[in-house]
Amino acid sequence: MEKKYTLVVFTEDKVGLLNRITIVFTRRHINIDSLTTSESEIHGIFRYTIVAKATPEMMKKVVDQIEKLTEVLRAFYYEAQDVVTQELALYKISTANITPMESLIRESSVRILDIEKEFIIIEKTGSRQEVLTLFEQLKPYGILQFACSGQVAVTKPMKELETYLKELNQAVEASNKIRSWKLKN
Amino acid sequence: MEKVSGADAVLLSLIEEGQDTVFGYPGGAVIPLYDSLYFKQDKIKHVLARHEQAAVHEAQAYAQITGKPGVCIVTSGPGATNAVTGIANANMDSVPLVVITGQVGSYFLGTDAFQETDVFGLSMPIAKWSAQITKAEDIASTMAKAFYIAVSGRPGVVVLEITKDALTSKTDFVYKKAPVLRSYAPYPKIADEVIDKAVEMINEAERPLILLGHGVLIARAEKTVKEFIEKSGIPFGSTLMGLTALPSDHPLNVGMLGMHGSYAVNMLTNKADLIIAIGMRFSDRVTGKLSGYAKNAKILHIEIDKSEIDKNVPVTLAVHGDLKSALSYLTPRIEKKTYNNWRKEFDKFYQMERTQVIERDTRSNEPLIQMGEPVAMISQKTDGNAVVITDVGQNQMIAARYYKFRIPGTFLTSGGLGTMGFGLPAAVGAAVAQKKLPVILFTGDGGFQMNEQELGTIIQENIPVKMVILNNSVLGMVRQWQNMFQGKRYSQTDLINPDFIKLADAYGIKAKRVEFREDLNSAIDEMLSFDGPYLLDIKVDKDMKVMPFIAPGSTVDEMKLVSND
Repeated sequence: MEKKYTLVVFTEDKVGLLNRITIVFTRRHINIDSLTTSESEIHGIFRYTIVAKATPEMMKKVVDQIEKLTEVLRAFYYEAQDVVTQELALYKISTANITPMESLIRESSVRILDIEKEFIIIEKTGSRQEVLTLFEQLKPYGILQFACSGQVAVTKPMKELETYLKELNQAVEASNKIRSWKLKN
Repeated sequence: MEKVSGADAVLLSLIEEGQDTVFGYPGGAVIPLYDSLYFKQDKIKHVLARHEQAAVHEAQAYAQITGKPGVCIVTSGPGATNAVTGIANANMDSVPLVVITGQVGSYFLGTDAFQETDVFGLSMPIAKWSAQITKAEDIASTMAKAFYIAVSGRPGVVVLEITKDALTSKTDFVYKKAPVLRSYAPYPKIADEVIDKAVEMINEAERPLILLGHGVLIARAEKTVKEFIEKSGIPFGSTLMGLTALPSDHPLNVGMLGMHGSYAVNMLTNKADLIIAIGMRFSDRVTGKLSGYAKNAKILHIEIDKSEIDKNVPVTLAVHGDLKSALSYLTPRIEKKTYNNWRKEFDKFYQMERTQVIERDTRSNEPLIQMGEPVAMISQKTDGNAVVITDVGQNQMIAARYYKFRIPGTFLTSGGLGTMGFGLPAAVGAAVAQKKLPVILFTGDGGFQMNEQELGTIIQENIPVKMVILNNSVLGMVRQWQNMFQGKRYSQTDLINPDFIKLADAYGIKAKRVEFREDLNSAIDEMLSFDGPYLLDIKVDKDMKVMPFIAPGSTVDEMKLVSND
């Protein structure tokens, strides 16, 4: 059965890595629901948050193939209950019909970012569902533009990135020992 | 420190890596590199192919024979796109290559400049790693990284795209081999508990079967594997790519796995209670229908590439690591055993295959020569002392089935990608890589024509490649499928061929045609004793089928021994 998964991928800061990662999905004909990337808490290490639907077996294979990429540090996948996620959405709405909209804006815990004569721009942070609900509510008033960030996520069970780096460091040292052994034998 | 050009830095890097041979083809974007090469001809020999695809196949064969990464230089644009098939082929068969391609000047990138193509982007899905270099000062460090990545762990192809201005500008040259990369630990540590469990599984098994893959040859672990097998007493089969890991006539060898492999090992795979897969990836050509594969067996998978574990066949226990070190832990701890009754079961099936297939294929009474006859004859005459290369299709399967191998690494073929046209250039690469053993190519008339321009490379290099065209004037393997599954509708598989003797003659290569069985023996003797390249065009039966056969969608034990008509 297909489920929605959140992947967290830590990588070096290299040109082309985004392409390499998405190729793993493309090859298996998996659509990416959303993808965000930014520098992590450690300078020089990037964090990708990718949401996609697949069977558990398929997702394990995808993550293994992503982790195999030379400049990927670690890759993980999580089910919904293990991640805290949030999205940010911006709505540009026509002011032609502003009066009946007022109460909706007031009740929706949004921020008003800009007010002009012809339009108003509001920001909503919340779950995908909350963002979409507001979209439906605003629709009758005329949405001129809508942009949504895609999901950012932090995970509940994951170790600190520092810990992973230490483990990787040990793995590299162990690997070098085996390599030296191989070169001798 | 004296500054060098980027082009010099490339060649100095090759010298640092102990590389003395490159394969390639010049073009606009790599003129600076070839100019630098002109001054270093004493240190680096360049083999001039006649097509970039062939250059990459040549470098691949060179790598497989020498155990060093193969190096290839091609120009930007069409040079690089031509190389793509070779790159995909080598990567799929885990052969280490460093492919250096030219690129337009960095100021032209992305403008559709003359002979610009996005090599970096093109290479991504088909290479282990790739990089675009736009500055001379990045060349040495990237080359060091490239060689390290190409050859370590599960080897593969690294593609380096270097812009023309990076080749011409000046830089300091400092080289540090095998740089530490924090994201890359190619040789995973194997936990003691895993070895304990593996030992237990092996010692408890009653009907175990070992499967050897290309990994054994890549790890250069033939001796380690032999010790493991001989102590364990467990019968083994091998994949097409792992065929030469142990000699064909080893008493525990029960044959080649998969679609066109041996009857015994396929029929008995589902009777085994333990499968020990060593350096192989359970390709679909090996497993047949997955849901009916190894139904009664626990699976112990010794594999260096984590993404291969559980990919096709779910495993009971994975030993994730270098197989040579894994086996060196396992061998001392397993019990010395024999499985005589189990081993004998394979013989029963082998006898069926021998009388119903092998005899007919290799000592035929059919009016026309069967492909297996020249292969068996050459096998017997060379006694395993040859490097055997194949193209793809019936010629490949027949060579794999009937040549008896003795020396590890003496069989080169295109396994994963199944690239027609691989054979002739691979034979060139193997002949450049070593002079000790004769290089014998078994090819079809179709595949030969996909890279026949390499006859030019053969005469330029003056290498004694023995080319055996198993000529049935059809695309035999596709035709066999059309015969078996498409109601004998032979759609586009008949070939009108040139006169291969005249073709060879145009290159000054000695050649002979054999049409009748009685001429075969003497023609092969003449070819083998001839000092220099030789082409033997053997007319063979186009209706021969490679049997036994696991039809697509069938399970391993549904293998058909003979064809219905």
